[in-house]
Amino acid sequence: MTDFDPTGPSGTNWHPGLKESYIFDRNTIHEIRRAASQGIYDIRGFGAKRKLPHFDDLLFLGASMSRYPLEGYRERCSTDVVLGTRFAKKPIHLKIPVTIAGMSFGALSGPAKEALGRGATMAGTSTTTGDGGMTEEERGHSEILVYQLLPSRYGMNPDDLRRADAIEVVVGQGAKPGGGGMLLGQKISDRVAEMRNLPKGIDQRSACRHPDWTGPDDLEIKIQEIREITDWEKPIYIKIGASRPYYDTQLAVKSGADVIVLDGMQGGTAATQDVFIEHVGLPTLACIRQAVTALQEMGMHREVQLIVSGGIRNGADAAKALALGADAVSVGVAAMIALGDNDPAYADEYAKIGSAAGFYDDWHEGKDPTGISTQDPELAARFDPEQGGRRLNNYLKTITLEIQTLARAAGKSNIHNLEPEDLVALTIESAAMAQVPLAGTDWIPGQSRDGF
Amino acid sequence: MTTATDIEVVDLAVTPLRELNQRLHDAKNDGPKSWKIVNPNGAHALAVGIDAELDVLIEGHTGYYTAGMNKHANVTIDGNAGVGVGENIMSGTIRITGNASQACAATGRGGLVVVDGDAAARCGISMKGVEIVVKGDIGHMSAFMAQSGTLVVCGDAGDALGDSIYETHIYVRGSVKGLGADCIEKELKDFHREELGRLLEVSGADAKVDEFKRYGSARQLYTFNIDNAGAY
Repeated sequence: MTDFDPTGPSGTNWHPGLKESYIFDRNTIHEIRRAASQGIYDIRGFGAKRKLPHFDDLLFLGASMSRYPLEGYRERCSTDVVLGTRFAKKPIHLKIPVTIAGMSFGALSGPAKEALGRGATMAGTSTTTGDGGMTEEERGHSEILVYQLLPSRYGMNPDDLRRADAIEVVVGQGAKPGGGGMLLGQKISDRVAEMRNLPKGIDQRSACRHPDWTGPDDLEIKIQEIREITDWEKPIYIKIGASRPYYDTQLAVKSGADVIVLDGMQGGTAATQDVFIEHVGLPTLACIRQAVTALQEMGMHREVQLIVSGGIRNGADAAKALALGADAVSVGVAAMIALGDNDPAYADEYAKIGSAAGFYDDWHEGKDPTGISTQDPELAARFDPEQGGRRLNNYLKTITLEIQTLARAAGKSNIHNLEPEDLVALTIESAAMAQVPLAGTDWIPGQSRDGF
Repeated sequence: MTTATDIEVVDLAVTPLRELNQRLHDAKNDGPKSWKIVNPNGAHALAVGIDAELDVLIEGHTGYYTAGMNKHANVTIDGNAGVGVGENIMSGTIRITGNASQACAATGRGGLVVVDGDAAARCGISMKGVEIVVKGDIGHMSAFMAQSGTLVVCGDAGDALGDSIYETHIYVRGSVKGLGADCIEKELKDFHREELGRLLEVSGADAKVDEFKRYGSARQLYTFNIDNAGAY
């Protein structure tokens, strides 16, 4: 055996004796050098990439002597969910408890938005507009479309409010609670510029505060206005970035929300400062029980529905969120990957732009080889919205089957019957955050053992 | 059955707001074209979402978001208006005979909003094409991130006027306490004189074009540049 190991950690010159600093690792050194060279923070898409307590830290117990499972392929396990039962004349009926999160035309290409609508519609769920208004592609291909009311109000108009199926007032986003947005000039095509009433090619800032209300008391009146404009037909969602979920949930209920969308810090973004993505907010796992507790204390759990987003990847994540009290989950990054984002088939082209399949997050640059997060017409033309829609439908159906599999194993005939009692935690941190016992114990950190 | 010349009088002291707004919406297809609303008593979300060529007179003070997202209608508020009057107006005209609170005509995309008195902070915030004429003063942070359209101020402007402005035209007759980031005084060219003159005329403002200065974007912050970080 030689003292030189070319298979050492990523560098071919590594050999025993070369000790890498834990805090000044190669990524840290690279970032310091990049900052020194460019004089500006790193902006990127995707969501938090750091290791955080997450749904992987929870396990389902399954049925045994004291719980009766349901037959996997025989007995019914309902997956439908109704959103907007509190005030809306026309609540939304979804066949599956997984929705597509808001992603803007501008951040995504027109064909990609169309594919999201196609896939969601095939799967029986909703898709959501983003910061940039409603496009014909997504309205035309989305049977159920949620229209976002954002601080920028790009593209906002009463006609689109009326032809939406629900309206989502965006207060914050998990990737950047307290932050606005920036669509860089290279993605501002003629069409994007026209929709946003701004010159072509300039950076377009999205404000972090709404222009015409400044707190929950105002928001209550703002929601009243939206309801009056739309004749009280549409469910009104309030989307909040997870930071103070107990209080924010209560304030959202007070403000008149039909539905609360709670986005944890693993939630995706099209373009945000890396320092913001990685250092602001709460992990998704840490915010669900706080929000559910707030709803329960107000007698509003299940009356005001809770949609959880931020790092939902598969049926296990979704089922665990439901068991903790969510009514539905929402996917954004995962939906993009299902469409084809980070496809290894484009490995050579990712390499040309200094990235790699599986790592690509420079969605703001508009150079996406897959044609998804771009406004370049040649790149966008690569993406087939029909095929993308089918892939998304396959993915959503797989998630749903996985949720049903886990729910049946826990003896539930309805996925909303999943409950915290079905879960245990693998770590003390996740036990504390999810308020479920550490596996093999009856210990929930922060709770007295009296009563067990 | 009503005719086009009838004036429909609605007393908000006895008629629920929801019923009134529904009738105003339904008037797009059939119903009175002229409306008088009495006893508004500061009601919020009054006459919002109209999508028809109606004439609506509101006798008294109103609350938040009066005539929000208006299309085609001519709405007159004979009194003061609360926060966000005419927010996201698409077309038509809104006139306030008194004063307007914060965020007057916020994000407005078209149409005309005239304030006979003063307008408070954030007048024309994020405006996207609306024309606003304020015969009195406006408060601080007005025309913040204003994208397009025109703001005419016959009195004085508060601090941070036009902060982070894009392509909105601002005309002020009186003093400006302070300009926001990237907002500068600009030359009053023939096009602007014509535009300003037209708006002074249609709004009935007693002022002359030559008395105004024009403000707009220096366009230095249009693309993020680290050398400008101190200006943000």
